[in-house]
Amino acid sequence: MLWGSNARETHPIFFHHVLKAVKRGAKLYVVDPRRTTTADWATGWLPVEVGADISLSNGIARCILEEGLEHKAFIARATTGFEAYRASLERYDLARVCRETCVDESLIRRLAREYARAPRAMICWTLGITEHHNAVDNVLSLINLGLLTGHVGRYGSGLNPLRGQNNVQGGGDSGALPHKLPGFQDVENDALRANFERVWKCKIPPRKGWHLTEMFEAMGRKELTALYVVGENPAQSEADATHALERLAGLECLIVQDIVLTKTAAMADVVFPASASFCEAEGTVTNSERRVQRVRKALQPPGQARDDIQILCDLSLRLGFDLRLPSAKAAWDEMRSLSPMHRGMSYERLDKKGLQWPCPDEQHPGTQFLHARLWADPIEGPTAPFHAVEHSPPVDLVDREFPLRLTTGRRLDSFNTGVQSSAFASPMRRGETIDLCPHDAHSLGVMEGEPVRVISRRGRVVAPVRLDPGLKPGLVFMTFHFPDEVDVNLLTIDATDPRSGTAEFKAAAVRVEKL
Amino acid sequence: MSAQPGDIELQVDGRTVRVTSGATLLDACRAAAIDTPTFCWAENLTPVNVCRICVVELAGARTLVPACSRKAEAGMQVLTDSARVRTSRKLVLELLGSSVDMSLASDFAPLCKRYGAQPERFGPRDTPSDHRDASHAGHHELGNADKAASMAQSVKIDNDLFVRDYSRCMLCYKCVEACGSDAQHTFAIGVAGRGFDARISTELDTPLSDSACVFCGNCVGACPTGALMFKSEHDLRAAGEWDESKQSVTDTICPYCGVGCTLTLRVQANRIVRVTSPSDNSVTAGHLCVKGRFGTAFVADRAPDSGTGQPPT
Amino acid sequence: MDLRPIPVDPSDEERRAVDSVLGAPPADRAQPAPETARVLRTQLLPTLLALQNRVGWVSPGGLGYACSRLGLPPAEGYAVASFYALISLGERERSFAHVCDDIACQVAGAPALCAQLERELGPAFQPSHRAEPGQARPPSKAHWGHSPCLGLCEQAPAALVTSARTDGPRAQAFGSASCASIWRALAGDEIQPRPVHLDSSGPRRLLARAGRIDPTSIDAYLAQGGFAALRRAFEIGAEGVQREITASKLVGRGGAAFPTGRKWEAVARAAAEPHFVVCNADESEPGTFKDRVLLEADPFAVLEAMVVAGFATKAGRGYLYLRGEYPRAAAHLELALVKARERGYLGRNILDRGFDFDIELRRGAGAYICGEETALFASIEGYRGEPRTKPPFPVESGLFGKPTAVNNVETLVAALDIVRDGAAAYAAVGTAGSPGTKLFCVSGNIARPGVYEVPFGTKLRALLGLAGGIPGGRKLQAILLGGAAGSFVGANQLDLELSFEGARQASATLGSGVVFVLDDSVELAPLLQRIAAFFRDESCGQCVPCRVGTVRQEELLGRLTRGISLGSFEQEGNLFAELSQAMRDASICGLGQTASSAIESALKLFQPFSRKTP
Repeated sequence: MLWGSNARETHPIFFHHVLKAVKRGAKLYVVDPRRTTTADWATGWLPVEVGADISLSNGIARCILEEGLEHKAFIARATTGFEAYRASLERYDLARVCRETCVDESLIRRLAREYARAPRAMICWTLGITEHHNAVDNVLSLINLGLLTGHVGRYGSGLNPLRGQNNVQGGGDSGALPHKLPGFQDVENDALRANFERVWKCKIPPRKGWHLTEMFEAMGRKELTALYVVGENPAQSEADATHALERLAGLECLIVQDIVLTKTAAMADVVFPASASFCEAEGTVTNSERRVQRVRKALQPPGQARDDIQILCDLSLRLGFDLRLPSAKAAWDEMRSLSPMHRGMSYERLDKKGLQWPCPDEQHPGTQFLHARLWADPIEGPTAPFHAVEHSPPVDLVDREFPLRLTTGRRLDSFNTGVQSSAFASPMRRGETIDLCPHDAHSLGVMEGEPVRVISRRGRVVAPVRLDPGLKPGLVFMTFHFPDEVDVNLLTIDATDPRSGTAEFKAAAVRVEKL
Repeated sequence: MSAQPGDIELQVDGRTVRVTSGATLLDACRAAAIDTPTFCWAENLTPVNVCRICVVELAGARTLVPACSRKAEAGMQVLTDSARVRTSRKLVLELLGSSVDMSLASDFAPLCKRYGAQPERFGPRDTPSDHRDASHAGHHELGNADKAASMAQSVKIDNDLFVRDYSRCMLCYKCVEACGSDAQHTFAIGVAGRGFDARISTELDTPLSDSACVFCGNCVGACPTGALMFKSEHDLRAAGEWDESKQSVTDTICPYCGVGCTLTLRVQANRIVRVTSPSDNSVTAGHLCVKGRFGTAFVADRAPDSGTGQPPT
Repeated sequence: MDLRPIPVDPSDEERRAVDSVLGAPPADRAQPAPETARVLRTQLLPTLLALQNRVGWVSPGGLGYACSRLGLPPAEGYAVASFYALISLGERERSFAHVCDDIACQVAGAPALCAQLERELGPAFQPSHRAEPGQARPPSKAHWGHSPCLGLCEQAPAALVTSARTDGPRAQAFGSASCASIWRALAGDEIQPRPVHLDSSGPRRLLARAGRIDPTSIDAYLAQGGFAALRRAFEIGAEGVQREITASKLVGRGGAAFPTGRKWEAVARAAAEPHFVVCNADESEPGTFKDRVLLEADPFAVLEAMVVAGFATKAGRGYLYLRGEYPRAAAHLELALVKARERGYLGRNILDRGFDFDIELRRGAGAYICGEETALFASIEGYRGEPRTKPPFPVESGLFGKPTAVNNVETLVAALDIVRDGAAAYAAVGTAGSPGTKLFCVSGNIARPGVYEVPFGTKLRALLGLAGGIPGGRKLQAILLGGAAGSFVGANQLDLELSFEGARQASATLGSGVVFVLDDSVELAPLLQRIAAFFRDESCGQCVPCRVGTVRQEELLGRLTRGISLGSFEQEGNLFAELSQAMRDASICGLGQTASSAIESALKLFQPFSRKTP
């Protein structure tokens, strides 16, 4: 089950593996408001209304329970909170679910049956789940499905977020989170923190920090006045760009370390030109399957660009602390010494194929899938909790003034704000467009290629029309790949999930005007 | 599939070889350390057994059999260097060499030497012609019989990422398989036409940019003869600047999405000139998408002077 | 799957042509789901043929619409369309004459006929030298084109005239073709066919009904003992049928001579389901026309035999793959299928015996290679007619990857007699190694060309005598046995015994039963060139030895003919010897393996080329 994921275009090589399975007879269900190229390959496509994911997953759960297809033994042995969850589903009769999700009841039932009955079933999701104001609830609702059917902790099953960037997983693994030290060790745990303080020979602030959205809020309150940005382009990647730019502009000090002069870097007080980590430096990255793999230096960085480690060390020295410029390998080995889940991953062992964490010692083969402990007899560690979660529609409501639901996403040949991908001449690339279904284009009296104005409660842009019969009436689509030409994030809303800090890029209300 | 000691015992060139069930004769030959040439076989693609360079003599079989796809059976008696095998391999090399520009197929010249193949025995290769895409099945003209009909034709350059030089195409089907059901499932190309006029083609020979092609370049990665080539490589070769002795090859990880595809970067003069992926990689099986294959240009674009020109040590 | 359609709209006529095969499009115009598309693919060739036959060519819009309806990538549709000679990807005259210039017609005056056509109808069809990328081929104004053997060798020269019509196509194939008759056919006149000459020595089994009963009447067939074999099959059961067929030593009559009983037993035993029966009626071997005669003159027998084969092999479905160049056989078979269904000989619960079996007629589209059994499967499945490597054999993995009994038309009809009368009765004639009778297609320089049924073991001399010998006081020069993939024998080999073992002894093959007689007036060199050209045209192009080897073979003969050899005559001879050995040894299928056999035998027996050196 691919939920809120257009993997055919955004994770093409992962999708090769899906296609292999489909060829061997696996059933593919795709939950997506758009009929994407991914949905074209599906046994069943559930055209869910934007933001109605919880209603749909609760509806699926309810079908499973109605037909007695839940994994009773697993629920009993490995989970908690089932009764409360079951009670919460009482409110999700199929009539309501179909109304909220705009998905046929027969399709919901078919998916429920096939998912519950499959010997192995997997749910993968991407930003369609997480770029919402209730992202965490969305994820919890999918986890509920996995627990309900016992499709967790076993080979070929599970719940898998497909990572959008080559090292978003590795960043988290190594502590680039406001509340975690490397290896997901809680910064507020005194004993764990002490381990790091001993090795780092310094005091670590004992409280968790801010995540990205909280930082921007703090900038708004002028509590955060200096920002050091490494390899990120928030001037173009943040929702409600007008708002974000104001806050960046209001900083007392902005330092940007990047491989190119991004729009954020152009605003900076100081720019540190960096080497491209994937080919001008040594190190590791971690992919969606928790596989830590080596990146290697193949090129000399241009001009004055320096390795990230060197920049940090040089800066540290100026600030009065000598990090002694460790090699990438030495830095990695230090992390291994502090992070138990990385401990067995020497550079030598990572060389060809990498290893999947946790890998606690040098004899450990790595871990292909997580949560097998839930099937151990007796169960190891804590039980897995169900979470009763409620449908909550997108914050930016569609009304008469803004009648269209804008959702955003990526295309195959481009990537995020285009910093990397705009440099190669893709024959498929057509620049930013506003994708409309033929029916809406007809009602608006606009044609393919015709520039139109797109207006939200926060901003307006002009983009040409692209017709996409895979959209349903009322749904329009844009990317954010060409912010220099069309800054789509002027339209998006910064309503944010308080726990994950992710904004609701997937749901804005807009209107389209003929020029 | 790599051959491992197993449950099937057979004789290859008089030597006893054991392979596991499902292994091919090619696996058996490799298990016996017998160098068996292949062109159309690849470990990440389904064998199509069309090039016939791997044929071996199997006792009891009327014809030679393709080692790449024939499954090993207990008690088989296989000869890999008999006179019949040598003749067929020689002729396959000559037929290819007389019709296709095989100069960039790395194994070709050594194999011609090994089997005494002289493609010129069939006459000089005919001059380029661009009629192939208009051919109609079942019709041909016998040109000058003193020239050997050939694949020679103009290079197709219809995009900035890769070129198609079908003068070099030996019709091994690898690109079609990589584009189709063995990996990419895009089906932008097929084998069109029939017989000697068969050719790799989009529908109606439409330019790639108007076809279903998504420019993953998996066809390029699979091509054994250089018929499909990075435009950057094509341009360097055209300028006489391609120099493999000054190139380095480094494995790293793709800078885009979170799948973590291994990229093998070939670098000359501090520029990435070709990107592939190892075919035995568990993530990619040798296949990439357009971003991984062609999307690394941004590193070079930061440096108009392309750095120091020295390959890294 | 995610498709990128051809961005050209079909005409209404093209839409109707495609819908005539696939039905009306779904209301939501949705593309078929991948699972559905996999099943639909088998309709690709029928859909392309519907466009060809009703519109006259397969245009970009027509191809695009067909692919969209089938959920098929356009590149794959194009790959298949461009494989077949009868499908035109450029606009062509709606009425078009395919004029045979193959071996039998060449001897019977085709070159002169073609020269006359050039003068009176204009130049023959030539593929354009120019195609704009992404565009349709330039239109052709030609009214006629050269064709390989049309299977009308007994009345050579022959022509096939096709007229594309929206309301259903017309096609007529006729012999004794002249410029006038071709002109009339192009104008829409019906050309009366000449009856084929049929004769036998000994019992007339295979030809028991052909030419004697109305082939469109099921009652006439029943009156001649029709469907008695099927009733008998039900009595003795599937195993009984297998037993009789095995005991009869019946072997395939298509050329490969594989024991039919073993084939049927293997399919019946195969665990995978479902099983299929395929009748290989893609008779295309130059000089062969016996199956055409059976299909046209005794269609119910072919259908009955397929039902019997289905019963014996536990199959529920049969496909009859008929070559595209046989319009009369197609018409008779279509009629016979309707009538057999009406009377309960096909369909559910046949003769109340609880056995379900039906037959689908499939038409080829101009590809000799589709007579190779695995290529035939690929063609039915909607792929290019490329043979696949064996093993696995069809009895294990055949049509749609399932156990399949594929049999030639004559083999199936022979099986009827065996089932009805028993193996012992069948062996009353013939030799110990080759029991029964065999059809021979006698053509060329012979008094009474036609189809002859003789017991195995008959001497070649006797067969020629039966056919009236060589006319005009000429002397026998050579006989091509077994077709273009067979071999020549000389005038001194008339004592050759026509049996599988007799042919083997003479290093010849009976092949598909071709006995193509050449008197001493015939020049062999152009005939050999035509054979070489035939294999070059008909190679599927998959494997190197055949794709390039057939070209090099033709070039080599061209050099010898024109006296411009690259080395000495002996060097060319050695080159040919190595080439033919590699093609025989290393080609994937029988086409490449036999593409040089006739030429090789001619070079051995005769001196068709003068020993000029440059």
